[in-house]
Amino acid sequence: MDAQLSLTVDGTVHSLTVDTRTTLLDALRERLGVISPKKGCDHGQCGSCTVLLDGRRHLTCLALAVAYDGAEIVTADGLAADGLHPVQQAFLDQDGYQCGYCTPGQVCSAVGMLDELKEGHPSHVTEDLVGEIEPSEVEVRERMSGNLCRCGAYPGILAAVCEAARG
Amino acid sequence: MTEQATRPVEARAIGSHHDRVDGPEKVTGRAAYAVEHGEADGVIDPLHVWLVQSTVAKGRVTRVDSAASLAHPGVVAVLDHTNAPRLDDTDNGELAILQDDRVGFRGQIVALVLAETPEAAREGAALVAVGYDQEPHEAELRVDNATYRPDQVNPAMETDTDEGDVDAALASADVVVDQDYRTAYEHNNPLEPHATLAWWGQEGDREVLSMFDSTQGVHGVVQALAPMLGLQPEQVRVRAPYVGGGFGSKGEAHSHVMAAALAARTTHGRPVKLAVTRQQMFALTGYRTATISHVRLGAAADGTLVAIEHAVQEQTSVVREFAEQTAAPTRMMYAAPNRRTSHRLARLDVAVPSWMRAPGEMPGMFAHEVAMDELAVACGVDPIVLRERNEPDIDPESGKPFHQRRLVECLHRGADRFGWEDRPPEPRTTADGDWWVGTGVASATYPAMRSPGNAARVLALGKGRYAVSIGAVDIGTGARTVLTQIAADALDVSPAAIDLAIADTRLPAASVAGGSSGTSSWGTAIVAAAQRFRADHGPSPDAGVETTASAADNPAEEEFAFHSFGAVFAEARVNRWTGEVRVPRLLGVYSVGRVINPMTAHSQLVGGLVMGLSAALFETSYRDARFGHVVTQDLATYHVASHADVLDVDAEWLEESDQVFTPAGGRGIGEIGIVGTAAAVANAAFHATGTRVRSIPITAGELLD
Amino acid sequence: MRELEYLRPDSAAAAVAAVADRPGARFLGGGTNLVDHLKLGVASPELLVDISRLPLTDVEAYDGPDGSWLRIGTNVRNSDLAAHPVVRSRFPAVARALLAGASGQLRNQATTGGNLLQRTRCVYFQDVTTPCNKRDPGSGCSALEGYGRYNAILGASPECVTTHPSDLAVALTAMDAVVVVLGPEGERRVPIEELYRLPGDRPELDTVLAPSDLVTAVELPSAAANEHATYTKVRDRASFAFALVSVAASLDLAGGVVQDVRLAWGGVAHKPWRARRAEAALRDRPFDEDALRAAIDEELADATTTDQTASKVPMVRNATTMTLLRLAEEAAR
Repeated sequence: MDAQLSLTVDGTVHSLTVDTRTTLLDALRERLGVISPKKGCDHGQCGSCTVLLDGRRHLTCLALAVAYDGAEIVTADGLAADGLHPVQQAFLDQDGYQCGYCTPGQVCSAVGMLDELKEGHPSHVTEDLVGEIEPSEVEVRERMSGNLCRCGAYPGILAAVCEAARG
Repeated sequence: MTEQATRPVEARAIGSHHDRVDGPEKVTGRAAYAVEHGEADGVIDPLHVWLVQSTVAKGRVTRVDSAASLAHPGVVAVLDHTNAPRLDDTDNGELAILQDDRVGFRGQIVALVLAETPEAAREGAALVAVGYDQEPHEAELRVDNATYRPDQVNPAMETDTDEGDVDAALASADVVVDQDYRTAYEHNNPLEPHATLAWWGQEGDREVLSMFDSTQGVHGVVQALAPMLGLQPEQVRVRAPYVGGGFGSKGEAHSHVMAAALAARTTHGRPVKLAVTRQQMFALTGYRTATISHVRLGAAADGTLVAIEHAVQEQTSVVREFAEQTAAPTRMMYAAPNRRTSHRLARLDVAVPSWMRAPGEMPGMFAHEVAMDELAVACGVDPIVLRERNEPDIDPESGKPFHQRRLVECLHRGADRFGWEDRPPEPRTTADGDWWVGTGVASATYPAMRSPGNAARVLALGKGRYAVSIGAVDIGTGARTVLTQIAADALDVSPAAIDLAIADTRLPAASVAGGSSGTSSWGTAIVAAAQRFRADHGPSPDAGVETTASAADNPAEEEFAFHSFGAVFAEARVNRWTGEVRVPRLLGVYSVGRVINPMTAHSQLVGGLVMGLSAALFETSYRDARFGHVVTQDLATYHVASHADVLDVDAEWLEESDQVFTPAGGRGIGEIGIVGTAAAVANAAFHATGTRVRSIPITAGELLD
Repeated sequence: MRELEYLRPDSAAAAVAAVADRPGARFLGGGTNLVDHLKLGVASPELLVDISRLPLTDVEAYDGPDGSWLRIGTNVRNSDLAAHPVVRSRFPAVARALLAGASGQLRNQATTGGNLLQRTRCVYFQDVTTPCNKRDPGSGCSALEGYGRYNAILGASPECVTTHPSDLAVALTAMDAVVVVLGPEGERRVPIEELYRLPGDRPELDTVLAPSDLVTAVELPSAAANEHATYTKVRDRASFAFALVSVAASLDLAGGVVQDVRLAWGGVAHKPWRARRAEAALRDRPFDEDALRAAIDEELADATTTDQTASKVPMVRNATTMTLLRLAEEAAR
C-alpha cells in the first residue's frame, strides 16, 4: 500500500509517495537521495541514522515514513547549510571521527543532546535528579552512548562536544 | 613501469599537523559511501538485491520455490544455483556462490532476490521457500576436535616451530606457569555494513563490470573476481572513495560482492544495490576465530625465561581455510633458549573466518601477556622488570637483529606517566568506595610490513601543482591525508600543491589497507614515483609530463627484523557488589617509527586501544552449535564499547624515525593499538580483585564476590 | 515485511474499534520495537493503527477515593517522563529506570505504553530461523539449551525461559502502578502486577491484554515509600545495554524499623518480579544487612539456574543489598 506524505528535509519541502513499509531512513536515502543519515544497523542499535526531527534527536530507522507526515527533519548536511555548525567544526578540530560513517549521526545527536542539557533534562549519571545539571564529561559520555563508533573516536568526540558546549 | 630504489625523504609536512582533507564531507554526511552513489556517478534507477541465506549448516538445496516471491509486487527476479550465471573458476569456496546445491554453513547465500524497492526485495527474500536435504554438521570448537594441522598459518607462516628442548627445560624450571587462555569469537562490525553497487556495461567491444564497493582494497576485489567471472582485470573497475571502516573484514571480497556481480549480470545494464544487513554480516563478512591457547612458561626464580610453549587450538571453515597465526608473536617476543609453538584447527561447517584487526597478535598476545603477568606474580617480580629481564638481544625467531626494538623504553615511559611506581605489588589491596581498583600492564608488538604490488603516478599539472595517484583506500585511517603529506615532501612542494587521487582500479595498483602496511607500502610507491619523476623531469616540469613507478625491494629487510612495539597500561575498577568492570584509564606508549600525521595517528592508536578494551569486556559472538550460526547477531546483543565505557584513553609514541624501513620513516600503526590491550585490562582486573580470569570477554559474573 | 495498511484514527475509541475489527491489526506507537519486529519478520500485521498522534500526552496529578495519583498519558515519551519535575521529585525510581534504558534517541521516541508492552530481546525470539515458543507457539524453546545469559531464574517454564526487557516496568511494579486500558468493552484499570504473566504453557502471551486493548495511561499512587526509591541496573556496558539484573526498591524507615519496603527485580523472570516474600520478611522489623540478605535469599529460594545464569543469583542478591543499604543511608541523612 502506498501513502502520500510531505516531509521538510533541510529546509526543502518534499511531497512523496511511499510504500507504507518504507522507513523514514529509506525514504530519505532511497527516495530523496539524502545520504547524510547513515544505515549502520537498521534496528536502533547504533545511532548512525540520527537526525533532528521536529527539533529533537531521533532515529530514522525505527520510524515508518508514513507516520511522520508533516515532519521537519534536519540532517547533518542541513546543519551546515550556512557553513559548518559549531559542533561540526569541533569534530574537525578534535578529530572526533575516522571513517566518518557514524559521524553525521554523532553530530545530530550532539546537537540534540546539548539542547536537552540546556533544558535541564537529567540522565542516568545525574546524581541529584532535582538539582542543576553540569554539562560534565561524565554527562556527555552517557548521553552520547546511543551513537556507537567502531573506530573508537570517542575521546575525540567527547572533546568536540565539550568544545562545542563551551561555545 | 619503472622500479625505483628510494632515498629517505626529508620530513616537512610529514610529522606535522595536517587537517584531514575529507573532514568537511564526513561531518556533514556529504561523503558518499558505496551504495550511496547516484545519478552523478551514472547510477540510474538501480534494482535492490536481497540475500536469501541457508537455514541449515550442511546439506543440499533440494528445492527453491520462487513463485510467491515473484508474485510479490516489485520483485523482478530470483536467482539460485539453477539459474545464476556460471563462473569460470570455483576454487574459492567462499566466493563461488550459487554454482551448485551444496550448503557449507548456515547463513550461506542460496538465492538472490532482485526488486524495484528495498521493501519488495526484503519481503521477496522472505517469500522464497528453500528446501534442504540436511546432513549432520559440526559447528563447535573443542579441545578434542581441533586437531587438523594446516600447511601454513596466515599470511604464509610456519604452522609449528620448535627450538631446544621445551619439555626438559620446563621439568627443571624453578617456576612454571601452565594455563589455558581463551578468546571469544569476534566480529569486526565496521559501522558501515558491507555494500556493493554493481553494473555491467560495454566499453568498445568489451564487457565491463563497474562497482562501488565498501572494500579495503579495490585492486584485490578485481584480482579475486575477474578470473572467476572470466574477465580480464581491465574489465572490472572497482571504486571505493569512502569506506566506513573495515578492521580486516573488508580486506578481501566476501560472497556478497560476487552476489552483486552475478545479479547485475542478469539486468541488462541496470545497476544493482546490495547492502548487507547487520545481521547478515555475522555469517557472511568474516570474523575472528575463537582461540584456546595452552601456554607453558618455565623460568628461573628471578623470572628469566628458560622455556616458552604456546600451543593454539582454533577453528576454520570447511568452505575456505583461514588459519589465524595466534602463536606467531610468541615466537619473537621474549628470549628463551627453548621455544615451541603450534596451531591446530577444527574444520567446521561454519561461516568463513577472516582477518580481524591484528589477526594472530591480538588473541596470541592476550594469552602470552596474561601468562607473563602470572609469571611475575609467581616469581614476585614486578611485571615491567620481568619483561626487561627477558628482552632478547636479537629476534629469537629469525636470528636477525631487531631494527629499533624499544619495548623497554615504552614500558618505562608508560610507567612514569601512569604512576606505576606507586602500585602496591599485592592484588586486592586498593578499594575506592564500592570499587576494587587495580592496574595492569602488557606489551604490544606488530610486524612492520611493506606489501608488494604497489605503484604510483605523478603528473605535472603546471604552475607547481601535481596530480598523484594510487589505488589505495582510506577506510578512515587518514590515508588520503597522510599520502598527500608524503607526496608533498617527496616532491618538495606544499601539501596544497598535491591533487591526490585514490580508491579506483583505473589508478596504479595498490595493496590492501591491511596488516598496518598501507602507509608504508603506498607511501613508498609514491616516494619512488616522485623521486623518479624528479630525476626524469627536474624541478620545473612541463605540464602534462608524468612518471609511474614502483619501489624496489628494501634490501634492509634481509638484514633486520622490523617490528613495532608498545606498552599498554590499564586501570580496572570492579564493583564489589555487582562485579561490573570499568576501565577508567588506558594508556598506550608506542614505538612505531615516524608518525606521519600526529592527529590521525593518535586517533588510530586510541581507536585500537578502544577496540582492545571492547574485546576485553564485551565482545563475543555466541555460536549456537546446534544450529551452526551466531545468534548474537546484532549490535544490541553483540556489544561493542559505547561512549560511556571509554573514559581516559590516550596514546603517545617515542619520537623516532625508521628510514631504514621506509623513506618516510614510518612502520605502520593500524593494528598495534589492539594488541596487548585486553591482557592489560585482564591483568588490572586481577590486581584489583585477586581473581584471575583467563578468558575474554571478562564479564561481571566472573568477578562477583 | 508484508504489505501494510495504515490508519491514523482521531480518537482512542476509534483506534480500539479499528484493531478489534481486524485480526491482523496492531497498534503503532513510538515504533521502536514494532518497526524492529516488522523488519525481522517477528511481527507481520496487515494493518497498523497509528495511535502516536492521539493526545494522550498529559502528566497530571489527581485525587481519587483511594488517595492521590499521578496519571501519565500513554504517549508521553520516555525522555519527557524522566524529565518531568513531579516524576523526578516524587517517583525517582521511575525516572532512574527510564534513564537507565536504551539511548537518548530511543527515549525521545519510545512511549510510556509502548515501553511496558515491548517484547523480549531473547536472541531466538528475534531470529525467525530458530524455534521459539513465544514467537511460534509449539515450535520449541531454543534458549533452554542455547544462549542463556539473559535467561530467567525465577518463574520460568520449560516452554519459555526468557525475561522481560523493560526497566520502567520494574520500577512501576515496585510502585504499585495501575495501567488504564481501553478495550472494546470500555475502560478498566489493571494493577501492573496483574498485567504481566509468567510463561507457563502460553509463552506467546506477555500480558493479560487482548490485541485490541489499548493502554491509554499509567497511574502512580502517591506514597511516602515511592519518594524514597531508586533503581539499580547491572549490565555489561556502562550504558545502552539491557539489564543482566536490575532492582527497583523503595524504603520507608522509622527508628531503624522498616515501615514499608517495595522491591521488584528485572532480568530475572518473564515479568518484572515483585519480591513480596522478601518484603514481608523485612517489613516491621529492624533493618540491617544480615536481615536483608536473609530476606533476599528467601525470595531466591526457588531460583533455578544454569551455567550461564548462575551468577545472577549473587548478582541480584548483592545489587539488592547495595540498593537498600543506600536507601537506608539516605533516609538516615
